[in-house]
Amino acid sequence: MPPADAQSPGQFLPTILLLLPFFSALIILLGHRALKNASVLISVGSSVICFLASLALLATKGAEGTVSILPFIDVPGFQAGIDAMIDDQSRGMMFIVTFIGMLVHIFSLGYMKDDEAKPRFFGSLSLFMFSMTGIVLAGNLVMMFIYWELVGLSSYLLIGHWYQKASAAEACKKAFLTNRIGDFGFMIGILILFGLNKGDLNIDNLRDAFVTGGPLAEVLKNNPGIITVAALCLFMGAVGKSAQFPLHVWLPDAMEGPTPVSALIHAATMVAAGVYMLVRVSFVIVTPLAAETIAGIGCFTALLAALMATQQGDIKRILAYSTLSQLGYMVMAVGAVSMAAIDGHAAHGAHPGHPAMFHLYTHAFFKAMLFLGSGAVIYACHHEQDIWKMGGLRKHMPITFWTFAIGTAALMGVPPLSGFWSKEAVLGAAFDSGCRVLFIAGAATAALTAFYMTRLLVVAFFGKARTESAHHAVEVPLVMALPLALLAIFSIFSAWGPFSDFLQAMKPEHVEGHDTVLWTSVAVLLIGSISSFLLYKGKDADPIRIKLFANKFYFDEIYAVIVRECQDRLAWFVTGIERIFVDGLVARLPAAIVARIGSATRMLQGGHLQGYTFLLGGGIIAVVYLVVFVLPRTH
Amino acid sequence: MSVLEIVILLPILAALAVLFGAPARAASVGATLANLVIVLALSWQYAAKGSTGLAFTQAREVLANPAISFSVGADGVSLILALLTAIVMFAAVWQIQDRPAIFYVASLLIGGGALGAFLTTDVFFIYAFHELALIPTFLMIALHGHAEPIERKKVAWKATVYLGVGSLVLLAGLVWLVVEFSGGRDLTFDLEALRAQAKLTPLPVEKQGVIFFVLLLGFGTLVSLFPFHSWAAPAYATAPTPVAMLHAGVLKKFGLYGLLRIALPLLPQGANVPWVQNALLLMLLGNILVMGLVTIRASRLDDTLANSSVMHMGYIFLALAAGSEIALKGAVLLMFAHGVSIALLFALSGKMRNQLGTLEYSKLGGLASHAPAFTVLFAFGAFASIGLPGLSNFAGEAMVFAGSFTTFSGTLTNLHWTVILALWGVVMSAVYMLRAYRHIFHGSATTGLFMSDPALPQRLPLILMAATLLLTGCCPWLLLNLLKGALAAS
Repeated sequence: MPPADAQSPGQFLPTILLLLPFFSALIILLGHRALKNASVLISVGSSVICFLASLALLATKGAEGTVSILPFIDVPGFQAGIDAMIDDQSRGMMFIVTFIGMLVHIFSLGYMKDDEAKPRFFGSLSLFMFSMTGIVLAGNLVMMFIYWELVGLSSYLLIGHWYQKASAAEACKKAFLTNRIGDFGFMIGILILFGLNKGDLNIDNLRDAFVTGGPLAEVLKNNPGIITVAALCLFMGAVGKSAQFPLHVWLPDAMEGPTPVSALIHAATMVAAGVYMLVRVSFVIVTPLAAETIAGIGCFTALLAALMATQQGDIKRILAYSTLSQLGYMVMAVGAVSMAAIDGHAAHGAHPGHPAMFHLYTHAFFKAMLFLGSGAVIYACHHEQDIWKMGGLRKHMPITFWTFAIGTAALMGVPPLSGFWSKEAVLGAAFDSGCRVLFIAGAATAALTAFYMTRLLVVAFFGKARTESAHHAVEVPLVMALPLALLAIFSIFSAWGPFSDFLQAMKPEHVEGHDTVLWTSVAVLLIGSISSFLLYKGKDADPIRIKLFANKFYFDEIYAVIVRECQDRLAWFVTGIERIFVDGLVARLPAAIVARIGSATRMLQGGHLQGYTFLLGGGIIAVVYLVVFVLPRTH
Repeated sequence: MSVLEIVILLPILAALAVLFGAPARAASVGATLANLVIVLALSWQYAAKGSTGLAFTQAREVLANPAISFSVGADGVSLILALLTAIVMFAAVWQIQDRPAIFYVASLLIGGGALGAFLTTDVFFIYAFHELALIPTFLMIALHGHAEPIERKKVAWKATVYLGVGSLVLLAGLVWLVVEFSGGRDLTFDLEALRAQAKLTPLPVEKQGVIFFVLLLGFGTLVSLFPFHSWAAPAYATAPTPVAMLHAGVLKKFGLYGLLRIALPLLPQGANVPWVQNALLLMLLGNILVMGLVTIRASRLDDTLANSSVMHMGYIFLALAAGSEIALKGAVLLMFAHGVSIALLFALSGKMRNQLGTLEYSKLGGLASHAPAFTVLFAFGAFASIGLPGLSNFAGEAMVFAGSFTTFSGTLTNLHWTVILALWGVVMSAVYMLRAYRHIFHGSATTGLFMSDPALPQRLPLILMAATLLLTGCCPWLLLNLLKGALAAS
């Protein structure tokens, strides 16, 4: 049923969604010592209202368009206002962000109950909510970039929430800097589009400029290379934010943040912003090289991270690598659909972003669920995170166990849970791309996913308790159990027709003739989970040891060497040059110039000008010389 | 009497009053606060009227031949810089604590000199006011700097020689311009008359390039343009806090203001002459890349701040090299933003030095646990200076970058490559600022020396600057409304 006003989605809801969390964050971060626990109330209240506003926004289905909210920069040739682009993509994403955001706020009431800096935590959460709704709504690339940086800031603040710990302090710095490297490319990409499209960075207009024979279509015809560069530069932003190879190293370390933060920011929403942005600008990915690179990087990340996940012991890190892997899936889907579209054998009417967005959507629920579940486990086991020190939790924490099991099944792609459908859509896209490697690697990743998730579930929840803390674990309180249960329901049903329609999940049309995909995904699921179950059942230590995987292919070590050997060495060298050469050489220059000035001014007409010159310029030198060097001696 | 004359004279008269025994703090805070209010009112009026050209003008003849007159007038650029001066001057005198009256006098003279340079429209007075402001800067470094007497005198002397010679080169360039544009008639120093003449009879392009280059060296030295920058970092690290705030925050912008106000309109083609532009691009890359790396090496907070301030000038020079309307407006925003953020950071580092006695990173740590309000204020300055959106600097930087890419149509020119390299500087800024932040504020409460939050009255000027960063960061159009007039040479 179309709404009465099918033209404009209105200004009211987007304004609430943006400004409410903004003011909540501002008030709390600046006044939290005066507000104390009232700040918790403000933050949670604002998240609930935002959730209701996003439901109301869902009801505007059918209305599309960009509404402007506030001015920002408006000079001739460069307009970038605070605006809101409303369509299915932003409505569906807004639901995910506000719904999971609200549940995480509620869960944190329990999880952060005894934290001294609780108000600061909730203030940063509100800041995150503001920046994230901003990314979802952004209608031009300048705004997208602004919120992009601001989610980076809130992520920095939240990873570094326990900044007293050296590891947390290092992790938040690493996250911010790694993202900045991605942003370097993102900025270049935006600038290239800015130049090519004559200063218009509005996303709608950019798309038109490509599609309806505008200036960009012209450029594409004459100079496709620069479009490839633009697409890959924009993609670099996504590589940073969505932690794709080679900038993936920050995400596992980001687990230093409180677990609810990991669920919201580093699993469900912010890290998916890279994929969201990529889908928003997918019209730029129109050259084979760009599409293949994106698909390749995504596929490589998916496989690499899945291999790393199989050998981790820390429950949050297993989930973090799993997130990397699933993000790789989404990125691969974007690339694969674009490849198919360029080759001209895309499914009829398919939106290039559908498989990726659909997987983003189901993944958000079950991955947030798994993280909150791991938070419940960590909370119950007195901040123990090593799965080999858990065991037998099934009996002590039934709600957590069942919800965690549902989330695990959804992630592995057990039919008919939500993950099964979206994973099939991604594998289908890989299949349709015409590139066998993508499909095979995608299927291998699915097998590995089943393997490491079964391992996690068996080791942590089955068998006997291996430590005292696991033995004494008790079920979490209701404020924590309720979000788990709600997310578990979504993990089961979110891909089902009526459900996903209502939530505007961008579910791809089901494509006939994908039997290969279907049977492959069931087969790899069985292979992965059964082999893992047999291998890990009743074990008290990991029966396989692969150092390469456990040490994450040594990326951190390699990067540390690069930073030390290249950046710091270069800085050392340049500083030396600057101190000795430039300073030494240029310091001699003034003397030479003083001599020259004399003759230069003599050449000028008007004798009295010379007088002025030395009166003014020479005067201060004389005065200072007198005061500094001459006067003190006379004392 | 024009209201601008009052704005210029108020701090100078207050300085004289303090010299003759008026209560230093009351007179200084009163005068600077009154100044801030007046400048805010003028800016509001200017924006509300939608004005574009010079406003609040008045001229008093001083000399008939050569024609020199004490003429005042302000457009959007001068108002934004006057606003910057008023804010930083107020904050600088307010935050002075237990210091002799000379600190107030020097701050008022530097601020008053800067206001004079920004609000007069006669080249003679623009130059003279800047010199007036420089003298107390040098003296304060030499007499009250944070170093052993021998060391600080060396630093002051180095700055004096560099800036003195820079001023001389500048003066030579200015005189050259005056002679060229007086058209064989009586010499005039009136900027408006010179501009009119430059429109009427523009110089040959190659000659414009040469004079522009001379001015670039002169003004550039004042702004620490690479490789004429090496006076700046030691001077800022050594200067007493209010002097560092006012020089790095305000007075250094004079060189940029001069290029924007004098060089560009009188020599519209000057910056476009290929060899001039290429030289400028190379020099500004020196500022951004070389000084970025040097800053990464810094092991003390004052060193980091001083070098970063040199580095960030590169972005404003980039706007001059691009020369487009958008880039130049961005440059003005960036001048304002950089001024407020670096003044805030210098004020904070001054407080740290007073309390802790050192700014060595290796001796600091965990301050966030002791001094949360201080930490938040520092975060405002640090994140503003690395261009975080929502704080002042971002809009300026974005406009400079965008304005440098308006000419892009598929092939990357030298300018565009420079922009791309300059963008890497944004990454480097984040590296050194977050390292500094990590060293000083993160870590457990026992890692470093102990320091507590400043009392609320001492916090007020800092809060004022942080609030300015936030307000102009969220609403850059507040400042852009003052810049409706064209800046680029047409």
